[in-house]
Amino acid sequence: MILARVVGTVVATRKDPRLEGFKLLVLKPVSPEGKDEAGYVVAVDTVSAGTGERVIAVSGSSARMAEGCKDKPVDTAIVGIVDEVRLD
Amino acid sequence: MYFGRVVGCVWSTVKNSNLEGQRMLVIQPLTPELANTGQRLICTDCTGAGAGELIYWVRGREASYALLPKEPATDTTVVAIVDSVHLKSAAALDPPPAPAPAPPTRGRKPSRKG
Repeated sequence: MILARVVGTVVATRKDPRLEGFKLLVLKPVSPEGKDEAGYVVAVDTVSAGTGERVIAVSGSSARMAEGCKDKPVDTAIVGIVDEVRLD
Repeated sequence: MYFGRVVGCVWSTVKNSNLEGQRMLVIQPLTPELANTGQRLICTDCTGAGAGELIYWVRGREASYALLPKEPATDTTVVAIVDSVHLKSAAALDPPPAPAPAPPTRGRKPSRKG
């Protein structure tokens, strides 16, 4: 799982019917300190995250294990909103 | 499976319902020589590993199998706390030197009859 920040939304009218009703968000991966890392990723939101929030994203086939994503064509899902990252 | 070190933890109140009750740790991936490599990531934990501990973790769909029968939505899970690592030295891992070619024979070849 990676830490990421929500930086935008995606609107898609024509899409796989199994994706209808899902909110799609643009994520920017971040380090535990909050620094931006390379690339962007589009993820299905399962926790009602909002822009600017730091979230946890699962990728690969594990994303389909998220509640509501069973048997859906999803490979990245937001599964948690981060309250705090504590580094020891 | 990969080596890593626990460098922190993540608190999350709002999360996918099948991740409730799961500990989430910040892991720094390591080489077998225990040098840092790659970016830090978030792992669920099935071992109770604590800060600074050397662990190994799995990646991919198998990560959720470590937490059966719940199978939460996770792609990285800490599955063991490492006690010790034994590595042969780099020299010992090198392939053995090729055998020297046989010296050329001089004069007549010995006949089969002897």
